[in-house]
Amino acid sequence: MAKHTLSVLVENHAGVLSRVAGLFSRRGFNIDSLAVGVTENPDVSRMTIVVDGDEYTVEQVSKQLNKLIDVIKLKELEKTESISRELALIKVAASTTTRSEIIQIVEIFRAKIVDVSKTTLTIEISGGSDKVAALEDMLNQFGIKEIVRTGTIAIERGNRIIKATNNEEE
Amino acid sequence: MKMTGAQAIIKALELEKVDTIFGYPGAAISPFYDALLDSSIRHVLTRHEQGAAHAANGYARVTGKAGVCVATSGPGATNLITGIANANMDSIPIVAITGQVACAMIGTDAFQEADITGATAPFCKHNYLVKKAEELPRIIKEAFHIAATGRPGPVVIDIPVDVQNSTIDFIYPQAVDIKGYKPTYKGHPMQIKNAVAALESAKAPVICAGGGVILANASEEVRELAERFNIPVTTTLMGIGAIASTHPLHYGMVGTHGTQTANYALHHADLVLFLGARVGDRAIGAASMLAKKAKIIHIDIDPAEIGKNIDTSIPVVGDVKLILKDMLMLAKTGGSDDWAETVAMQKQQRAVELVKDDRTGFVNPKYLLSLLSEYFPAEAVIATEVGQNQIWTANNYNMRQPKTFITSGGLGTMGYGLPAGIGAKVGKPETPVVVISGDGSFQMSMQELGTMKQYGIEVKMILFNNCRLGMVRELQLNKHGGRYSQVCLDQNPDFIMLAAAYGFKGERITRNSEIRAALERMTAENGSYLLECSVDPMESTL
Repeated sequence: MAKHTLSVLVENHAGVLSRVAGLFSRRGFNIDSLAVGVTENPDVSRMTIVVDGDEYTVEQVSKQLNKLIDVIKLKELEKTESISRELALIKVAASTTTRSEIIQIVEIFRAKIVDVSKTTLTIEISGGSDKVAALEDMLNQFGIKEIVRTGTIAIERGNRIIKATNNEEE
Repeated sequence: MKMTGAQAIIKALELEKVDTIFGYPGAAISPFYDALLDSSIRHVLTRHEQGAAHAANGYARVTGKAGVCVATSGPGATNLITGIANANMDSIPIVAITGQVACAMIGTDAFQEADITGATAPFCKHNYLVKKAEELPRIIKEAFHIAATGRPGPVVIDIPVDVQNSTIDFIYPQAVDIKGYKPTYKGHPMQIKNAVAALESAKAPVICAGGGVILANASEEVRELAERFNIPVTTTLMGIGAIASTHPLHYGMVGTHGTQTANYALHHADLVLFLGARVGDRAIGAASMLAKKAKIIHIDIDPAEIGKNIDTSIPVVGDVKLILKDMLMLAKTGGSDDWAETVAMQKQQRAVELVKDDRTGFVNPKYLLSLLSEYFPAEAVIATEVGQNQIWTANNYNMRQPKTFITSGGLGTMGYGLPAGIGAKVGKPETPVVVISGDGSFQMSMQELGTMKQYGIEVKMILFNNCRLGMVRELQLNKHGGRYSQVCLDQNPDFIMLAAAYGFKGERITRNSEIRAALERMTAENGSYLLECSVDPMESTL
């Protein structure tokens, strides 16, 4: 099934996340990932939700989300018309013999070493899911101790913006 | 003006023109109840919080205003839950106010603490936990707005006891501005044009009117459209009353428990207009109920209902009354007499089938209900419980006006009818109210007889007693080979004595020949009355 990215503006107050999450579980929709953060307007938060499902499901998700009073605006982002990123922190086993090889790989991916110890390296990478997955794959051989990753966040390309008010272009 | 949070709630209710509320006091809502003493708002003390929620529902359905129910925190609030879910499924505007433990105690598992906003989120239109008393005026204003506009529904306001006790400067907002809530009322002109064109070219159109027609007061428009195009009108359970059952184009209820005529019409139509109907599983079952070639026009105020259960050829989002008005402006005439006649023939066959049997020991409930409308005016409110009594009423009573059939459609809540009937009578004191129940459902809310007694709320009760949970019994016969499991109520109380204990008159009848005289005695009686009818345990639903 295809993945769809929804950018959702919601009221920034307590209970909104549970309303959204509850809606997904009780209507049997699958959330692939969900990321929330406050927007340029402190009263408004943005959720980026990646949904797994066919067209019917995504339409239903969108309509049901729109019914929530706390949802101000919602838009499905087209893959080709938007930029999406996720962030991962990867702690990988590193000895004196493997450390330099890991650093080389990290450089190829334009990732960053953010912590080092005698036995580990911690790497920060941001990018699309594919890039993060590729780095993970390359690091597997050294022994990944722990991965922490965020949900996808996404923004439209060009001058289009999604705002709580009605105008979508500036 | 300085006042306490509790006084602010009362003041806001007064400003919302609330004249009656239904509720049950308790510790966490006690400041509210104290402030209530200084208000002219009438409070009806039910015998169970669920009764308060259902009564608010019945009140809302006959008056068109949001019904209000009140309960304390914890068990008081959780007892409202069934009533809230029930109102949500049937799109009935109610505002439920619950007490909550003090803000500082929230989350500590304090005495009588329950997370009611969390619990009701899945089945209310919106809810609020009020943490600051200053927010009370705005929230109450919003709650009434949200409950009654767009697709109506229940709104819950949970108010901690310390919020009720704190002092605020009361300023009531003039208007609401909720960024994420702007219902669409006016239909899209292009879609309306398409709908009219489809209607004009249809050979065998059928209207299926749902509860939305009743809520939008669109019965007149439905009738006009039906008459102009000679369209058979079917209804869902919630749509009963959308067209008078005495109207020649009325073809009855669709669905699992609907009439053959209505289902025949849907099955053979080339165009179906769903009006304020959510095309639920009991109404349409599988989409196979509809003719494959049929075009679907779906008019609903809730865009999420369109395309949810059925593929739609022409969706129109908006208020069904406004949209039908627009359609009537554009539409010429059309339709074929042949089609309406074909369906009408089915109707006559059904009428012949309704036999007036005279079994000794049993009253035929369908026969009684087919006579009942002769004894009550068109505006009389008929509230039912859930089960066979509900379907018998839906299919056999002559519902002549909208907002007169009060039933639990979506949730199918037993114990709804009696408190809803009480709420309806409170909302329309001059209108006769009849509650139709079975022995199973009657016993789920019969404590509300006490409410009727205390406030002198006159309700005529017809109780079909087959000593069975009849609809489940029938299901077990049809689906489980007659292995009856927990459907017998053979130790029922003497219901007439029970009514007498509350000071109500009543009688028991056991055969059809007694029906007319009994109905005359019931209607002649000044006050509540219980007519118990012995019904064959094997009586079928249809």
